[in-house]
Amino acid sequence: MSQRELPQHPDFLWTNPDPKKSYDVVIVGGGGHGLATAYNLAKHHGITNVAVLDKGWLAGGNMARNTTIIRSNYLWDESAAIYETSLKLWETMEEDLGYDVFFSQRGVLNLAHTMQDERDSVRRVEANRLNGVDAEWVTPQQVKQLCPIININDDIRYPVMGGTYQPRAGIAKHDWVAWAYARRANEMGVDLIQNCEVTGFVMDGGRVVGVETNRGRINAGKVALAAAGYTSVLADMAGFRVPIQSHPLQALVSELHEIVHPTVVMSNHVHVYVSQAHKGELVMGAGVDAYNGYGQRGSFHVIEHQMAAAVELFPIFARAHLLRTWGGVVDVTLDASPVMGLTPVDQMYVNCGWGTGGFKAVPAAGLAYAHTIANDEPHPLNRAYGLDRFVTGALIDEHGAAAVAH
Amino acid sequence: MMVIPCPFCGPRNETEYSYGGQAHVAYPENPDALTDEEWAQFLFYRDNPRGSYAERWQHSAGCRKWFNAVRNTHTYEITHVYRLDQARPDGLPKAPLATKEVGA
Repeated sequence: MSQRELPQHPDFLWTNPDPKKSYDVVIVGGGGHGLATAYNLAKHHGITNVAVLDKGWLAGGNMARNTTIIRSNYLWDESAAIYETSLKLWETMEEDLGYDVFFSQRGVLNLAHTMQDERDSVRRVEANRLNGVDAEWVTPQQVKQLCPIININDDIRYPVMGGTYQPRAGIAKHDWVAWAYARRANEMGVDLIQNCEVTGFVMDGGRVVGVETNRGRINAGKVALAAAGYTSVLADMAGFRVPIQSHPLQALVSELHEIVHPTVVMSNHVHVYVSQAHKGELVMGAGVDAYNGYGQRGSFHVIEHQMAAAVELFPIFARAHLLRTWGGVVDVTLDASPVMGLTPVDQMYVNCGWGTGGFKAVPAAGLAYAHTIANDEPHPLNRAYGLDRFVTGALIDEHGAAAVAH
Repeated sequence: MMVIPCPFCGPRNETEYSYGGQAHVAYPENPDALTDEEWAQFLFYRDNPRGSYAERWQHSAGCRKWFNAVRNTHTYEITHVYRLDQARPDGLPKAPLATKEVGA
């Protein structure tokens, strides 16, 4: 495997209009989910009088900060449905959007290090197969064949006892994904408005009719929240609560190296996930910082812990240099599954709670959320993900498949 | 890494502590009387402000006592630490809603 040449950065792919007085739909949050939603509103529902507002620059939040892992090997039917739909859409995204996104189906290994890990992993593999998701259990020797730099010796604290492997999983270039959606949405008439922060909502009775922003009032037929970790702040302004907690999630890259890592390796138990970017940086992440935080930064001991895990699994990394660390603000729910659907406010919709794993869901979330907004009712893919599940108790517990390793 | 002032031991590194989430969440006084909606609020919903937040910490690698802190979730600055049986000392009200009624 060799390093892949990336093309030069493109010219501007979208315009930067001032906001109009009024839109049919205002999407709050110009990350992957917001952009994909705008694209799907235009493509599937003919709704093009749409604005995507972002308080900073386009795709500069978690869309710029994630580790780009794409997979669909979740346990429950509801999860397999939405994540597998997403993976299929990733497979056709470059054609759909007419733009490179460097989707590389290099496979994802989820390692098991304890007997319980092994039992859970095999159960998940079988559940995946029943749902048509490609998955297999692999032995330590097969792990070594898939990723030769892994240490599978049994003299380490948590030896590799095997793993699950999803061959169709992989990574993509997050910024190119955002640009691809932004460009197509803008071509179809969507206004992408940067540096436009929502400061309040305009209500008429129990219905939202507009947003207040730092660039003035914008009237809206419908308002769709797609703001990840900031959703609580927005929902608070609108007078309802969402069951999320915002945590810092850190990631890091090394300096550029020869390509040594051919796949993606994740380990819930020793808390690290690693892939190698197209240019050659080792890209790693781990769990969230324990405390609530909107600071887009976390504590260094969390980095130290994940480095210890990475070096034990990959002794070759011991002399690699850390180049850069950063943090995002992720929106974590108690069942590690997202929230997408209607809200207590008429004509306002919510999509949040993707926690540490929203990037992989971008195309399916855009599809389902656009349907929800256009029809004022959920798409079959997100019917189980409404706020009502916290009242009925029909939770979708994906801690095993998500956990550190979203 | 944050330096957190334990009210019993003084300032120590964050690695000595564990996090306990929102403070002052009381158990329901009369659980049998709660509706499903109220149970949902108690079990699954916690405040998640960007700003001042009263939260629980345990000095798990020190005196092992729980205490409360008021911390800014944006700057991470800790402004108050206090015992579990004390009221939130900064007296900050919950952030006012920014919702506006048309014509109001």
